[in-house]
Formats: sequence, structure tokens, C-alpha cells
Amino acid sequence: MGIKWNEFFITGDPLILGSQIAIVLTMVGIVAGVTYLKKWKWLWSEWITTVDHKRIGIMYIISGVLMFFRGGMDGLLMKAQTSRPEMEFLDAQHYNEIFTTHGVIMILFMAMPMLIGIMNVVVPLQIGARDVAFPQLNALSFWLFFGGAMLFNISFVIGGSPDAGWTSYFPLAGKEFSPGIGNNYYAVALQIAGIGTLLSGINFVVTILKMRTKGMTLMKMPMFTWTSFIASVIIIAAFPIFTVALALMTFDRLYGAHFFTLSGGGLDMLWANLFWLWGHPEVYILVLPAFGIYSEIISTFSRKTLFGYKSMVLSILIIAFLSMVVWVHHFYTMGSGPAVNSIFSITTMAIAVPTGIKIFNWLFTMRKGRIKMTNAMLWSLAFVPCFIIGGVTGVMLGMGAADYQYHNTLFLVAHFHYTIIPGVVFAVFAALYYWWPKMFGFTLNEKIGRWHFWLFVIGFNATFMPMFFLGLDGAVRRSYTYSVESGFAPLFLVSAIGSVILALGFFAFCYNIYWSIRHADRNITGDPWNARTLEWATASPVQPYNFAKLPEVDGLDPFWKMKKNNEGLTIKDSDIEEIHMPSNSGLPFFMGVVFGVAGFFLVFEWHIAAAIAAIGIIAGLIYRSFDYDEGYHIPVDEIKETESKWRNVEGEVHNYVK
Amino acid sequence: MKKGLFAFLTTAPLLFLSGCESKLVVFDPQGPVARSITDLINWSLIWMLLVVVVVFGLFGYIVWKYRERKDNLDYEPPDEHGSTILEIIWTAIPILIVVALTIPTVKTLYALEEVPQGYEDKEPITIHVTSADWKWIFSYPEEGIETVNYVNIPADTPILFKLTSASTMQSFWVPALGGQKYTMGKMETEMYLIADHPGSYEGQNTNFNGRGYADMKFEVLAQTRAEYDKWVQEVKETAPKLTEEEYEELLKPTHLGRLTFSNTHLDWVNHADHNSKTYTHPELYRGHGYQGKIFEEEDNYRNKTNDDIEKHDHHEDTEHGGDHSGH
Repeated sequence: MGIKWNEFFITGDPLILGSQIAIVLTMVGIVAGVTYLKKWKWLWSEWITTVDHKRIGIMYIISGVLMFFRGGMDGLLMKAQTSRPEMEFLDAQHYNEIFTTHGVIMILFMAMPMLIGIMNVVVPLQIGARDVAFPQLNALSFWLFFGGAMLFNISFVIGGSPDAGWTSYFPLAGKEFSPGIGNNYYAVALQIAGIGTLLSGINFVVTILKMRTKGMTLMKMPMFTWTSFIASVIIIAAFPIFTVALALMTFDRLYGAHFFTLSGGGLDMLWANLFWLWGHPEVYILVLPAFGIYSEIISTFSRKTLFGYKSMVLSILIIAFLSMVVWVHHFYTMGSGPAVNSIFSITTMAIAVPTGIKIFNWLFTMRKGRIKMTNAMLWSLAFVPCFIIGGVTGVMLGMGAADYQYHNTLFLVAHFHYTIIPGVVFAVFAALYYWWPKMFGFTLNEKIGRWHFWLFVIGFNATFMPMFFLGLDGAVRRSYTYSVESGFAPLFLVSAIGSVILALGFFAFCYNIYWSIRHADRNITGDPWNARTLEWATASPVQPYNFAKLPEVDGLDPFWKMKKNNEGLTIKDSDIEEIHMPSNSGLPFFMGVVFGVAGFFLVFEWHIAAAIAAIGIIAGLIYRSFDYDEGYHIPVDEIKETESKWRNVEGEVHNYVK
Repeated sequence: MKKGLFAFLTTAPLLFLSGCESKLVVFDPQGPVARSITDLINWSLIWMLLVVVVVFGLFGYIVWKYRERKDNLDYEPPDEHGSTILEIIWTAIPILIVVALTIPTVKTLYALEEVPQGYEDKEPITIHVTSADWKWIFSYPEEGIETVNYVNIPADTPILFKLTSASTMQSFWVPALGGQKYTMGKMETEMYLIADHPGSYEGQNTNFNGRGYADMKFEVLAQTRAEYDKWVQEVKETAPKLTEEEYEELLKPTHLGRLTFSNTHLDWVNHADHNSKTYTHPELYRGHGYQGKIFEEEDNYRNKTNDDIEKHDHHEDTEHGGDHSGH
């Protein structure tokens, strides 16, 4: 085989050398720290092998925060490089790699796990279930995602990063123009993570259809559950397309096939179509759960039920449908002809209608309410104006003929950051402030949270608002530099300064987590926000079995009604029965590791090694099919003890009676 | 603080737009094609500003009026589930706005495919555009001349650009004169552009294509008809001829300055032709990092056809791939 070690490790760049050293030191630090604290056993039995949806959700969120850091660093490097004209901080190749990994990581390894993590924590609680439908599959989803993410992340120090953009357009991404293995990482790592996402989608569809508590019909589900459900349906519809596209890409790059190549009759347009057939629904997979988050938070902190619930449900159904029929708007400029471009202009602009319905419904949820300005609510409020700017520029881009002037410019880049950041990142922050006590039993600090909020929102606007105008002045995306004569310098500088403010906001968030872990009050009730849905009807943090007695529901905002009518808040000794729980399993972790290892060999085109590693995958599947573990039962006494501990305390609305 | 942000959000776009409108290239069209797009953009901006003003106003009003204060802590919001009338209104109005935007969009989309209105009786000049890494090649088949990284055109005359690529998918854009379109290997896209007046306009690739992407710019020089004819004549008389070998060299991934030739490469290859040879050089794209296997392609121009095999050293049939540069 003859490994060329000088090519294996990326050398010759001080930034990358620094990262390599930092990675090694961090790994040594983690291993030493865990060993010193004697936490290996705890880590293994409480987290790595867990099948508890809440813990899996938390692991997703931690991964998402780490990936946010990585993707954010990429973003800052890009902003530093373009802060001045003809800057020589990064060369073209390095810049190309960085915007590629920035895009992939932010979309697939930051936004996706954040939202899937929140879905994991919240959805089973909101529907009054004890876990998802397939707990072990859920753990497998996480570890496949994690394996894929780690594989993708090592690319910049080992072997070389992908450098063909997050869209990885062919023929550029093929061997004819990118002979390095960087783009193999894209094909293989996203494939592994994508399998995990697809499994998650299936898991949540089944969970929401089959696991709802008594009385919760589809039209009585909380809005976040609805949006998670529809997002999962879109995952099932869209991700297989990406799986196929990536498989074809793998054949092209590893085995010399000609699906998308320039030579041999390949069709580059086929890649663009397949990519966006997945890629466009993908953004709705992200934004729909975010819409659900806003619906919950706006309703809670306005002390009102959601305005126009039925039209909200209808509009997400319409958005989900339209999301599948707009993909061509990503390449109006491909010359498909006016008829095709007209049809896709209309479907694209039509999305504004259901989205508008949602915006007005949120506004009217607040009307006549009593709006409490918590951090969660502030993020939801900031979302509205910022997202409107993203939305109206989206309509402008959707107009096929006008797009000929916006396409591939910074106007487009500004637009999608104005949709994804308010539409997803703000929602993730809102959700973390809101559900943090449910996950960890303490709230995040509101005062530090304000710093986080204002720095981030101001930094965000300062970073991306100038890009609209740069784009209209002819500045293209993905260009590592620009000339002095272009006149772009002042706005690029504003944007770079904005990105620093944005980064400070993120650090305020990290500091808030640190501060709150150290100092926040642990003495909180199950319902610190006076909220409305079932996840607040149990302890904070939630017991492993979620509900000692599964709640019954007869309408929207069930917990609000329970509090108002003082019904169902009390639990008696006689109500408590043994609870059946799934056993932990190391198999999902094992599968994540073998997928990662096999994928790594495949990336380096070491086919025999990859095949040997893949035997591990088969072995895992065989082991699983002979796994007769039926789980275990939590005895009544243990439940009684847990329940009496958190009920009957000061400020708690729940009672425990003998 | 909140008010400040709000003011920033509402006024910043307006300020920028009104202040810079005359300067931003998209709002400063230099030909009928670009002008038709600018008109469409301006039309959409009016509607979008209306949406922004209405929603921002409503948002500000509601948030301010119904915020929690010390004196309304005992206010219990009503149990309100929706309003059919209101919901119909805010469904219908956006539909009307979308319709108002759709009609001119569709009209413009169709118009952009034709010779612009008012120029139907002027004979268009055809120029073949071939994008390569990382340069633009312009071939004038009727005049029999070829330029690299610049293109001269007569003003006030429709130019039919026939776009193709010798390498990756790229995008041909001269913002002052019109919108953009992709160039793709082994296929052809078309667009019309017209410059109102003589002048120099910058064009560039907008679709990322590797290391040399940022420098893929070219100049469009619009001249008076007489100047243009004179230039064509001059080129024909003085410019060197492009040979096939030189052309193959030219297609390698390099940055070049301006070049001018008194013939066109269309004499031996048109990259828009579906069965044309592939001019790729994977070995020249090796950068840092681990290098993967490169595949031999049967339709590569370096795989000479049977009749000129004897001209070259015999080498083994290359079914199993390998690095081409060794030969």
C-alpha cells in the first residue's frame, strides 16, 4: 500500500500545525482528566451506552455546540481574510477548504444535531411518552452522526479538507479537478451521518404516530411536536436522495464511474438536481422544528394559547409539500428555459404565503397577551424582524429573472444567513434557554444571557446586512480576495467587525453555561416558566422514566388546564406501578466506531482495509439480531422515592399523597 | 437598547438603498437586458418594503403594547384561539402580492430568451464563450478571431453569447449588461446582451471552480461600430494564429493575461459538442494532502486515435488507470 506520511498529515501551514497540536493536547487532556477523576465507568455506563432519549438529546446538543465552535472559527477565518482587500492571511486553497467545511459543519453537524437533540429531549415528553419508539436505534442514530462528524472534522489535519464548496458541484468535485482525497471525506462522512439522520426521522415518525398518551389526537399535539413530525417526514422523503447522490459520487471518485464527470458522458447537472432535491427540503427540516420552538415559547411567555392552531398546522403541511417542489430555484441560471424557471419561481414565491400565515399567527398570539421578556422570549422576538428580512430577500431571489443578477453573489449569502441564523440558530438558543431547566434542573443566567443576546443579534446584523449591498454591487461568494479598486473594502470591514461581535456573543453563551453550572440555583420547580405543555408536568431534571403515571389529555395546552382546574397534579401510592425500561447497550457506540473506521479507510481508498473494517458492521448487525434483552423494570419503591422527593416541595404545584 | 436595534433594522436597508442606488452595479444597468432585470428588482423592492414596513410596524406595536409591566401583572390574557376572518385576510394579501410579482417575473423570463425588444431588426453578432481554468476564451466564428480574457463588442448591437466550458461548471456574468448563465462542458447555453454605449464593463465567473476562481475576470469593451470593425480588421491582419498544441497548452489550469488570435479553436473542437474530446489534466490539480487514484478517460484528448498511434511511443493499454503525466 505504501502510505505517504508526508501527504497523510497536512503540513506546512502554521494555522493547521497549531490545530494539530491543540487537538493532541485536548485529547491528552480529556483522557488524563477522565482518568484522574475516575470517571471512565460513569462515562461508559451513564452516557456512552445510554438509550435514554434525554441523554441522547443532550449528547446531540453538546456535539452541536462543539461543532458551532468549529464552524464559527471557520467563519471568523473567512471574515479575517476578507476584512481588507488583497489580504494575505489565507491562500486560495486554504480559503476554499474553510468555506467548504464551514458550510457542511454548520448545516449538517451544528444545526441538525442541535434540532434533533432538542427534538429528542422534548418530543417524548410533550406527547406524554416514556421514550422514543426505538430507544436503541436512537442511540445508533446519534453514534452514526457522531462518527460521521468526527470523520469529517479530522479532514483538515489528516489527508486534506474537501474544497469544492458545501454543495460539492461536479465536475469540480470529481477526480478530474480534485484528485486529492479531500472530497472523499465529503462523500463518506456525510453518508455515515446521513444514515443516522434517516434513522432518526423514521424513529420520530413512529414515536409521534404510535406513542402519544391517552387523549392526544393529532390535532391536540403541541406545535413543536407537529413540526418535528413533519420535519421527520421530510427527512424520510429527502435523505434517501442524498444517500443515492453520495453513493454515485463515491463511485465516481473511488472507482472511476461517470455519473457526474465531464468525460465519459457524465452529467454535472444531475448532481445539482439530486443535491438540491435533498438540499432544499433539508433547510425546511431545519426551520420547521425551529418554527415549533417559537410557537411554544411565544405562547408560554404571552400567557396565551397559540393563535390559529389549525392554520399553523395547515401551513406547515403546505410548506412541507412546497419544499419538495422548489429545488430548481438554486440553479435558474442553468438554462432550463423560461417555462421551467417560471414554474419554480411560482412555487418558490408561494412558500411566502404559509410562512406569512405563521408570522401573523405569532404576532396575534402576542396580541392581548402579557409578554414576559425572558431570554427565550427575546430570541423569539428578535427572530421575527430578522427572519422577515431573510424572507423578503428570499422572495426577491425566488423571482427567476431577478435571480440572474443575485445568483452566486453575496446577496444570496446574506439572504440564507438571514434565514438560517434567525430561523435556526436563534431558535436553538431560545430552546436552550427555555428547556435548559428541563434538561439539567437549573436555569441559565438571565443577565449573562442578555449579553449573549444583544452581542449576537447586533453582531449578526452587522455581519450580514453589508453583504446584501456587496452582492448588489457585484461581489461574488467564495472568492478569497477582492481588489482595492472594487470599492468593496468598507462594507467588508464592517462585516468582519460584526463577526467579531457575533463571536463575543457566542462566548457569552459559553460563559453563561459555565457560570450557571457553577452557581445557578438548583432549587427550581418542574415548571419554572409557568408553561403549558406536558414536558413541564414532570420533574426538572426529568426522571429516567419521564412520567410516574402517564398523563391524560383532552385538548391543547394540557398542563395549563391541569394547573387551572387543579386536576391530575396529584399522584397517590396506588397510582404507581412498575415501569418497563430498555437496557443500555454498547452496540450503537461500537457501530459508530466501526462505521467511522471503515469510512476512514474508504476515504483513503484503502479498499481491503475498509472491507475488513466493514466486517465489524455486519458483526454488529448479527449481534443485534440475536439480542434478546427485554429490558428491566423499575420497582415501585424506587418510583415512590423519586416522586416524593420532587413533589411537595416549596413552589411546586405537584403533590404526592400516600 | 431594543429600540436602537429596531431603528437600525428598519432604517439601515432604506439608507443604504437610497444612498447607494446610483452606484450599486445592479441598479446601474448599461443595456436593455440589465435594465429589464433592474426594473423587475425595483418593482419587487416596492412590495417587499411594504411588507417590511407593515410587519415591523405591527410587530413593534404589539410587543410594546402588550409587554409585561409592573402595573399589569394581574392582567390575565383572554382565551383566544384564532379568527377565521383575520386568517383569511393574511392568507389572501400575500397571495395577491405573489401574483403581482409573478406576472412580471414570467414576462421577463420569457423576454430574456429573445433578442431584446426594439433590436429585432439588428443582426446579432455571435460570440462563443468557452470557460476554462482559469480564463475566458471568446471566439468570433464569423470574423474568424479569438480573444482570451477580454471581449470587444459593438455598442447598441445585440450580441448572442453561446456559452460552454472546457472544464468545470462556471457562470458567465457581466452585471452591468445583464444577468448570468452557467457554462457547462459538452452542452451549450445562450444569452443575449446589449451595451447601450461604448464603455468598459467588468465580467466574471460567479460559480466557484477551484484555486484560480477569484481571478476569473474579463473585460467587456463596447466600442462604436466603426471602432469595432477596425479592431476586427486589425486582429485579422496582425494577430498570430492559434495552433492546436498551443490551445491544448492554453487549457491547462493557469492564469493568463490577454491573448488575441486570428483564427478560432472552433476549427478543431467545440466543447459544446456532446461527443467532443475531454481536455482534463487531473495531475495538474494535485495540491497538498493525500492524493487519490486518478482514472484514465477514453475520451481524453491525449488518448490519440488509432491512426496516430505510431507517432507516439508504444505504451501499455491504460485500462487500470494511473498517472498520465509519466508518459
